[in-house]
Formats: sequence, structure tokens, C-alpha cells
Amino acid sequence: MKKSKHEIKANTIPAFIMVGPVTLCMVLLVAIPLIYVAVMSFCSIDDYYNVVFKFTFANYERLVSLDYLKIYARSLVIALMTTVMCIIIGYPFAYIIARTKSRRKKLLYMLVIIPFWTNSLIRIYGWRTFLGTNGWINNLLQSLHIVNEPVDFLFHQGTTVLGMVYCLIPFMILPLYTAIEKLDGSLLEASSDLGAKPAATFFKIIFPLTSSGIFSGSIMVFIPCLGYFFVSDILGGGNTDMIGNLIERQFQSGNNWPLGAALSIILIVVTLLLVKLYQKLGGDMESLGV
Amino acid sequence: MGNIVEIEGVNKIYGKNHVVKDLTLAVEEGEFLTLLGSSGCGKTTTLRMIAGFEEPTSGSIKVEGEPIEEKEPFERNVNTVFQSYALFPHMTIFDNIAYGLKMKKVPKSEIRERVLEMMELVQLGGFEKRYPSQLSGGQKQRVAIARALINRPRVLLLDEPLGALDLKLRKQMQLELKRLQKKLNITFIYVTHDQEEALTMSDRIAVMHDGIIDQLDTPKEIYEHPKTKFVATFIGETNTFDGCISDMQGNHITVSLENGIVQGIGTDFKSQEYLTVSVRPEKMRYADSPVDGFTLTATVKDYVYVGSVIKCIALLPNGNEVKIERLAGEELPKIGSPIFIYWNPEDAVLIHSHDYLVFQTMEQVPLV
Repeated sequence: MKKSKHEIKANTIPAFIMVGPVTLCMVLLVAIPLIYVAVMSFCSIDDYYNVVFKFTFANYERLVSLDYLKIYARSLVIALMTTVMCIIIGYPFAYIIARTKSRRKKLLYMLVIIPFWTNSLIRIYGWRTFLGTNGWINNLLQSLHIVNEPVDFLFHQGTTVLGMVYCLIPFMILPLYTAIEKLDGSLLEASSDLGAKPAATFFKIIFPLTSSGIFSGSIMVFIPCLGYFFVSDILGGGNTDMIGNLIERQFQSGNNWPLGAALSIILIVVTLLLVKLYQKLGGDMESLGV
Repeated sequence: MGNIVEIEGVNKIYGKNHVVKDLTLAVEEGEFLTLLGSSGCGKTTTLRMIAGFEEPTSGSIKVEGEPIEEKEPFERNVNTVFQSYALFPHMTIFDNIAYGLKMKKVPKSEIRERVLEMMELVQLGGFEKRYPSQLSGGQKQRVAIARALINRPRVLLLDEPLGALDLKLRKQMQLELKRLQKKLNITFIYVTHDQEEALTMSDRIAVMHDGIIDQLDTPKEIYEHPKTKFVATFIGETNTFDGCISDMQGNHITVSLENGIVQGIGTDFKSQEYLTVSVRPEKMRYADSPVDGFTLTATVKDYVYVGSVIKCIALLPNGNEVKIERLAGEELPKIGSPIFIYWNPEDAVLIHSHDYLVFQTMEQVPLV
């Protein structure tokens, strides 16, 4: 086949100019740091906590101890609870936004987006003043004489889950909204026309056709949840340590970078496995922003 | 045969939009009734009110003598074939067609039997394991029809079901739908904007215009004796002339137009009444000398060859065009030559004028 003039011209731009800058960015900002972390995870520290390039498996060996395994398990439980809560709260909300036709739709949509404009750390601190022993809720309950002693809302697993749900629910609502919005209204009419009651229409038509949204929403909530250490720090108060807290501590107060690096590698591997599983099960990579 | 659907005084108003105006319509059992009209005339809204997707603002709808306003769509014994097919994309063809029966908790073995039988009927045998995305437009349409028909509804509602198909497939599906309707003896209420489709398939046509039914009649009556100017111009091609009755001899009526005098036959008219004369292109005649009773002249502007016939387009002195159909092979006057237009008075359809604007313009035109 003959090539058109246009194609010939396009082909004369050298490939390295086209893909060079992107490759450079990826190498500098993604590949090198990742390799650095991977290498670091096999290094040792000396008595003064300096990193020395002496190959060892010791970091990984430490990570399989029972104490660490407990924290991994807790991380997974918290992430799972957060995801489930996000689905339960987010689905009806996304459904309402997607199915509202009036001007209110924009307003509802903005309500999901606006929290993004404020730093989540600050918003989590907000919850702390809200729920604390001297916080609004306790003051209200006491002034109404519903309770005599302040209630201990903070520093439980439930509080951490609450904070996680609060931080991450937009990531559930947005893909759900997209999936529900795409749903053709005539399918619901057809279902009803064929004799399906509203509940049957939901379980046979709406739910299966929006499950892709639930799926990508879940992965977008579950994965960051494992790493949001500041939520469990502030609202869990050290009682609900997760894998993210461990990493943070090794790099900060623990000053054991190789151990932190090994933990990071584990988290990265878990994340990659989850994404791979998502892809295997037919998940849509584009809705993850990949 | 009794009436299976009775619509009485139904109005539908969306905000300031009066979409369906005081509509009354009785559909006979077993007939193929078409709601015909251009988009926005309220035909689809009417259908959706029967299906239960829209609620009438006022008025009553009865199916089999029972009022159905209070019933949800899933409680009504009518089924719909949607314009967009609305097949469930995550289900196989078998499951799509079986959906209605499953909802009614029909035993599994019976479902299987009835679905396979229905698939044979719409010529889709062997497709049960496929998904809607793997079918062509025509096949999807058959699935949609099968999915509705399997519930053995008393009335099947079809909302422009052939709108998305190409011309050849459309013609084929038209005949197939008609065959299915006769075979199963189900009442069909069919919505379309395609007048040819309506004429081909229907037992009766309700021509809708601006939320009201202009005329409800057999295709032959609608074509040959349109009751309003809208019906005359909407169904098939026609030439219309607005004018005023200048003389009446029994049912023989002489009409004065802006450009001359013409003849027609009609009853029920008053002298001096304003009316519209409609003449089909194939009924138009011309001559090179004046014909008794007609003083309408025109100039030949162009010829259009349409296969077996030739369309002659002629200009009236006021600039309006008239279309005259001739068989191909006839000798024709040259372009630019003057002709005298006439017709057999029986071939003209006289229509009472309801158009106020016509009155106004006629006032300004001196009558010949």
C-alpha cells in the first residue's frame, strides 16, 4: 500500500523526541525510586542506624513475625470494612445523583467533589475535635443529660474505619456514578414492562450492570486504605496500627529505612496483586486511571 | 369484536407543554392500529401512558374494560417493544426472552419449551447462547419482539420498532410483523412517523397532530379521503390549494383560488366557505388549452425522473409549485411552456378549513 504524504512526514520525527521526555520522567520519578526502595530493602543498618550496603534477608525475616502478621491482618480487615461501608453508603448516593434530572444533580455532585479541595489531614483533625471527650458531640450529649460521662468515641477500630470511609468515599461514588449514569433507562422500563417488581429489577438488571462501578470503586478504596496511616494515627491513636503506620514509623521515629523499605515492597506487591486480580476478573483498567 | 383498549379524555401536560390533548381512542380486539404522526405529536407519549411509564394528567385508560391508572407497568397485561430494543446486555438471548416468564415464576421446563418455540417463530433458532452485542440490528429486533410476545400479552405496544433498520430489512420486518400479528391474533398498537409503513401494515391508522387525533380510519380512507389539510399533506404526496366556495350546484362545487377557478365534488359545505382542495400528483391533468371550469395556469419548471413515473414540477403565477405525475414515455411539454391545469372533479378532496391564517390571507386577495 502506498503511504500518504502526511504519514511519511509524521514518520520523519525521530522516535526519541516523541517518547523521550515521557520515558525520562518515568525513569527519574518512578523507576529509579522504586529500584532504590527495592535495593534498600535488602540493606542492613549499623549500630548508629546508618544504612550500609550489606546484602541481607533479615528485614523480610522480621516481617513474618506474629506481631507484624497481626497488623497485616488488621490492615486487611479495616480496608475491607471501609470498602463495604463505602459501597453501602456510596451506592444509594451515587444512584440518586445519577438518576436526578434537575439542577440539584450538579449540587449533589459538587458535594462529593468539594472535600477534595481541603487537605484530608485537616479534615481528619476536624473529626477528632468533633468526636473528642471535649468535642461537640460529647458536649451536646452531656448538656442534654443523655450521658453523664464523656463517651470515648476516639481511638477504636470503628473510629479509624469512620475516618477512612469519610476520606475515601468519593473514590467509590465517582466510578459508581459513571456506571449508573451509563445505565440505559429503557432497560429498567423494559424490565418493569416484563413483569419485574422494583426489587427484581434492581437485582437482575441494575446491580449486574453497575457491578463494574462497584468493582473499580472497591479497588480504589481498598488500596489507598492500606496506606492512609494518618487516619489511624489521628483517629486510632496507635490502637489501630496498619501497614501504613509501620512504614511511616520505620522511616521516622524508628529510623530503620531498610525495614521500612521492605514493608513498602510488601505493600507494593500486595497492591499489584490486587490490581492484577481486578484485571483478571475483567475489571476496566481505564476507570482506575491506568 | 369488542374494544380492548379504551382511552377517554386523556390529557398529558409536562410543565407548560400540553402534549396530549383530550384524546379519546378505542382500539378493537385483534386489530393492528397505528398511531402516525411527526415527532412531538404525542404518539409515543400516548403509547407510554398505555404501558404505564407515564401517568395521564387527566382522563382514563381501560384495558379489557378495567381501569389501569393505578397499576404499575409490571402489573399490566400489555408488553412493549422499544425503539432502542432495550435488550439486557448481560443476558443471553435465551435469558432475555425468558425474562418475563421467570418473573411470573413459570416452571423451568415450560420456560425452556416456550422460549425455544418463540425463537423458532421469529426465526432465531440456535441463537439462544449468544449475547445481544453479537447480533445484527434485525436480529436484535426479533429478540425484542419475541421477548414481548412470549408473555402472551392482550395488547402489544410497539414504539417505532423498525426505526433503526435499513430500508430493505424494514420492508421485510414489516411483512413479518404483520404475519406474526395475524398468526397470534394479538392487538398491536404501533407508533411510527413513517406513513408508508403505516399504510402497509395497519388495519386502522390514527393520524396524530399536535396532541390530537386528526383522523382515525382505514389506510384507504385516510389516503383517499383525508379530513384535514394536515392528514392530506402528511400521507403521501399531494397538492393543496386554499380557496373559497364561489358556486355550488348540488354536490358539484366551484372553488375560487388565488390564481383561478377549480372544480370539486363534496357534500356538507356551505356557500362562501373557506376550504382546502387537495389533489394527488397522479390525479393531476394538464392541457395546452383551457378546460371547462378550470382557469388555473402554470409554467413547466422541471422534470424529475423517478423510475416508472416522471414528476413534472410546474409553477403557479403566485410562485407556488405543483407536482404532476406522468407515466414515463409520455410526450411532455417543454420546460418553460405554459400549461392549463385541471383534474377530474371527483379526484379532488375538499377539506374544511380550520386554519385562521388562511382566512386572513384570503381577505386580502380579491376573489376572481
